[in-house]
Amino acid sequence: MRTKGFAKHYVLMLLPGLIWLFFYNLFPMYGILTAFKDFNPGVGILKSPWIGLENFRYMFELDDSKLIFRNTIFIAFAKMVGNLIVPLTFALMLNEVKNKLFTRTVQTAVYLPHFLSWVIVAGMMLDIFSYNGPVNQALAALGFEKGLFFADAGIFPALIVGSDVWKEFGFNAIIFFAALTSINPEMYEAAAIDGASQWKRLIHITLPSILPVAVLLATLSMGNILNAGFDQIFNLYNPTVYSTGDIIDTWVYRAGLIDMQYGLATAVGLLKSVVGFFLISVSYVLAYRFANYRIF
Amino acid sequence: MITERSAISKLFNGINVIILLAVMLLCLLPVWYTLSVSLSDKAAASAGQVFLWPKGFTFGSYETIVKDGQFFKSFWISVQRVAYGSFISFFVILLMAYPLSKNAKEFGPRNIIMWLLVFAMLFNGGLVPWYLTMKSLGMINSIWGLVLGGGLPVFNVILVMNYFRNMPKELEESALMDGAGPWRILFGIYLPLAMPVLATVLVFTIVYHWNEFFQALVLMNKSVHYPLQSYIRQVAVVIDPTKMDEESVKRMSELSNQTLNAAKIFISMLPLLVIYPFLQKYFVKGITLGSVKG
Repeated sequence: MRTKGFAKHYVLMLLPGLIWLFFYNLFPMYGILTAFKDFNPGVGILKSPWIGLENFRYMFELDDSKLIFRNTIFIAFAKMVGNLIVPLTFALMLNEVKNKLFTRTVQTAVYLPHFLSWVIVAGMMLDIFSYNGPVNQALAALGFEKGLFFADAGIFPALIVGSDVWKEFGFNAIIFFAALTSINPEMYEAAAIDGASQWKRLIHITLPSILPVAVLLATLSMGNILNAGFDQIFNLYNPTVYSTGDIIDTWVYRAGLIDMQYGLATAVGLLKSVVGFFLISVSYVLAYRFANYRIF
Repeated sequence: MITERSAISKLFNGINVIILLAVMLLCLLPVWYTLSVSLSDKAAASAGQVFLWPKGFTFGSYETIVKDGQFFKSFWISVQRVAYGSFISFFVILLMAYPLSKNAKEFGPRNIIMWLLVFAMLFNGGLVPWYLTMKSLGMINSIWGLVLGGGLPVFNVILVMNYFRNMPKELEESALMDGAGPWRILFGIYLPLAMPVLATVLVFTIVYHWNEFFQALVLMNKSVHYPLQSYIRQVAVVIDPTKMDEESVKRMSELSNQTLNAAKIFISMLPLLVIYPFLQKYFVKGITLGSVKG
């Protein structure tokens, strides 16, 4: 093959991306030093004095840190479960309908929320759940008391998880649709001839066929247990629900960019990145071991 | 074909269809409700009398938006951001995916670069170091901070790379015989054949840039530099007077109301509502190609 001199062209092709990668992904890592320094924006990162693990020690003493780690894991875990079960159930239900026009229409509709930004969804939700909004009007009509949903720390996590599942279930179901279409139709025909009912076929053929995909997705999502969804919570929360709704990312934003506690915020962010990186690596290794899944 | 005759099956299918229709409506109703509010009379909307049909039908809020300079300014910033951002990402992704689709025998540094990319995708310094970097690069109040600030979309590079790797080797070999170089092979053969996955990546980038709101919040000191989503957030989700100049505060107090916000929310999702049904086949195909292999 006459590909000897190609390497330099390949390097040239990679160059723009690598420069970009250096400036926007790798260069910020030098800023991690802030976590180990008493950062003073006036003198810069290098000249600020070292304080070792002081920021980390302080972080563990804060009451906030227990709260935000607990909230983060709770919300992320609940989303993980919801975002697996709801799309799976939905895909199985839609798969039972044989009318192509119907399935296409439903799919087009349920993909929509995924493409809306959290700003838009939050704007709509705040209106729908507002004191005079349709949800409260409906509750009042049924004889219940109206509530201020977004000022209620007890309800807030449920709204967060529910709206995330609402936004993403259609899109998450795509992968299950793909798995469902790859099931050999002869299996169904053979089962039908043997007298298996629609329900029996669902339990004994369809479900086992897509279970490996579900297990794979569950494994991969384990790595995201510290990502509870910044964009969403940032747009929906307010001080009255900090006790159940404040997560690591939103806290880091407030501590770092609003209160200018750069060192502390970097330390918390760094801890999250390290733990998250470890978890994602483990989940990818598991996915490779048991499902032969590789990212590249 | 399997046909069902039993009564239980019919009942099961009937209930199934009804539930699916309800689920479908659940996804569409919030958008429809927002449209209804935006077309309603102010008083009716704030009294909670609007449900699925506008009450006191009026285009008033849309007329107000047309007169609102900041809305159009932000809209234009978003359009620019999407144009620059998706154009740059598209070419960088394409150019990186091709050499990386070679194996280490054909291109020595391939594996090292790959690990570097994956590391960068999974690990980052966090918000504060990112902000300090953007500041030191002079990206405050600049549209380039928004275009480039999201970093290299590594995941999309991997998606396209995996697609290239599954293309038949013979294509490239025969082009080589005819004397084509790597650039010719990439743009003449791989690019046209990879349209499904490239369209997917393009959809993802466009949607990302259109919807992203946070970077502008951090990088822009004044709301006049905000793209549309950040502006919508400011008027409809949270009201943050510290970021507003005097004129916007005054305008806010005059205009802020439910129907106007609903109209703004509706207009800012309109471009996506219009294009996404046409793009559906691409992203569905692209996701499937990138994830279920075999």
